Amino acid sequence: MKPPSQNDWTKLLSRAAASAVFSALFGVALSVVREQDVWYSILYSVCIGLICWLCIDVGRLLVARTLAAPAGAGRDRDWPGWGWMLVLIVAGSAFGYGSGTVLGDRLTGFRSSNLLSAGSLRESLTLLLFALVPAAIATYFFYSRGVLADRTAAAEAAQRQAAESRLKLLEAQLEPHMLFNTLANLRVLITLDPVCAQAMLDQLIAFLRATLGASRVAAHSLRAEFDRLGDYLALIQVRMADRLSVRFDLPDALADLQIPPLLLQPLVENCVKHGLEAAIAGGRIEIAAAREGDDLLLRVRDTGVGLSRVAAHREEPAAGQFGLAQVRERLDSLYGARASLCLDAAPDAEGGTLAVIRLPIVSA
Amino acid sequence: MSRPSATALIAEDEPLLAMSLQAELAALWPELRILAQVRHGEAAVEQALCLHPDLVFLDIRMPGLGGIEAAQAIGEDWPEGRSLPLLVFVTAYDQYALEAFEHAAIDYVLKPVQQDRLAKTCARLQAALGARDGAHDPASIDATLGQLRDLLSRQGIAAAPVPPLTVIQASVGSTIHLVPIGEVLYFEAADKYIRVVTAAREYLIRVSLRQLLEQLDPAIYWQIHRGTVVRSDAVAAAMRDEDGRMQLKLRQRPELLSVSRLYAHLFKPM
Repeated sequence: MKPPSQNDWTKLLSRAAASAVFSALFGVALSVVREQDVWYSILYSVCIGLICWLCIDVGRLLVARTLAAPAGAGRDRDWPGWGWMLVLIVAGSAFGYGSGTVLGDRLTGFRSSNLLSAGSLRESLTLLLFALVPAAIATYFFYSRGVLADRTAAAEAAQRQAAESRLKLLEAQLEPHMLFNTLANLRVLITLDPVCAQAMLDQLIAFLRATLGASRVAAHSLRAEFDRLGDYLALIQVRMADRLSVRFDLPDALADLQIPPLLLQPLVENCVKHGLEAAIAGGRIEIAAAREGDDLLLRVRDTGVGLSRVAAHREEPAAGQFGLAQVRERLDSLYGARASLCLDAAPDAEGGTLAVIRLPIVSA
Repeated sequence: MSRPSATALIAEDEPLLAMSLQAELAALWPELRILAQVRHGEAAVEQALCLHPDLVFLDIRMPGLGGIEAAQAIGEDWPEGRSLPLLVFVTAYDQYALEAFEHAAIDYVLKPVQQDRLAKTCARLQAALGARDGAHDPASIDATLGQLRDLLSRQGIAAAPVPPLTVIQASVGSTIHLVPIGEVLYFEAADKYIRVVTAAREYLIRVSLRQLLEQLDPAIYWQIHRGTVVRSDAVAAAMRDEDGRMQLKLRQRPELLSVSRLYAHLFKPM
């Protein structure tokens, strides 16, 4: 059983206060109907109401946290289910009515009839209803208010999470590190080699346009995909000079196949960031498309430093694996189990990593 | 200035950017002599230790050793009795690193390099070099080491917490050996591997020391060198040799472990 927090106590007290106010109002109404003194009616009503509240609300927490089957966090943890609640409401209001009346008598000096001293069973039950009905109403009111608060909190949390992941995605797509390094190179080239600077700027523009537009089109051709990757790698090549070589292999027969835009971009970025930038001698990136039966195989490999064992086996994705997760998610939502992404050490002597995407062929 | 003109080393993997930084520096600080330009972290360490520049400009992301790791190696292996070089980090975009630099009061410049920002950095560096002019000053060395320590201790804070390692899994031939973490006396980086040393034998695992450190309890496992982490209760004694370098004697192993000057402060009488 988890110890109650400060927040739990505050909520408990606020429910007690609400119960007292509710009971007082009920007492006023009752005094009008029964033509009794309003202050005495309020006093008895509040005494009964508060004891009912104490039994039902505190009983609910105790039952939910000890007896009822252990449930998840949040609301479920404090809600034992309507079955238990029914028992609590009936027992709580009977006890509340009885002891509340006794308490009221002690305070006023009167002797009112109570459940046991009432003339008949029918009379006792009628008296009990005066406690039972308001108790049930109040319980239902607090229950639905709690559900509403939980829903609002859940919706807010979901919204916050969505905004955060959108921001993260945008940052990943724009790759600030690559962007500023490219701009730094451009700044130098402008004076040194204006023609080269202009070509680089054109490539940067094409890259940015493709990145920002990628979410707006559902698919583009493999040829377009390879062209965009070409722009990106040309930018990297200005920076890495002879440390980076690139090889594309796109058979003409596959060039018009449609794939989700920039599907391969995160994989290529990983090759650059984790494979080649880290390697002193640099290396090569190969991007190839091939057909295997009804499947399209897209291979992205580098000859860089390779996967670290720990990073590859870690459950929690590291910063650089955000891209991989994103590719997997896209594949999953578009093709389900028919598509897959495998990332592994490249099987030959040159080392590095090899990522293979397999997806069903959708003709143009 | 009465001292001979200041000297600098530039470590930047992108040739155009290295060239441009050198050109900007030449314009702002004509007396500064650039001793060398290097393209990766290992070369930066080697050249710095060989040429003893007054300033080292270090790109944070370089192939092999990154700028911060290179700075650590330079700090650890710098000859005793010589003033450490002033470090200036260069980065395009590394939020966490920038926070660490601000905190440790270490200079940095952002790429693309803005001339007025670089001018301010140069003025600060000139003042700092002027202040330490003349004989070397142990206090300034301590201060620089303190900055470096501060910077290093902030590495990896940004990473998500990883559950502590309880068992090391090391392959020997086709067998995977499970070594309880409590049996390990020390870890030592060796090329791409880490030697995991217990009282009876040793194993090789293929991770980086940085990744390993994230999964070790810092109260029990102490880093004593950029390549060595020791279990504190495996240490019997710390002593200094004739050159003033600190060595650790272990309870269950005959070999001595060297403590770098960055971590020597861990061992002092209570």
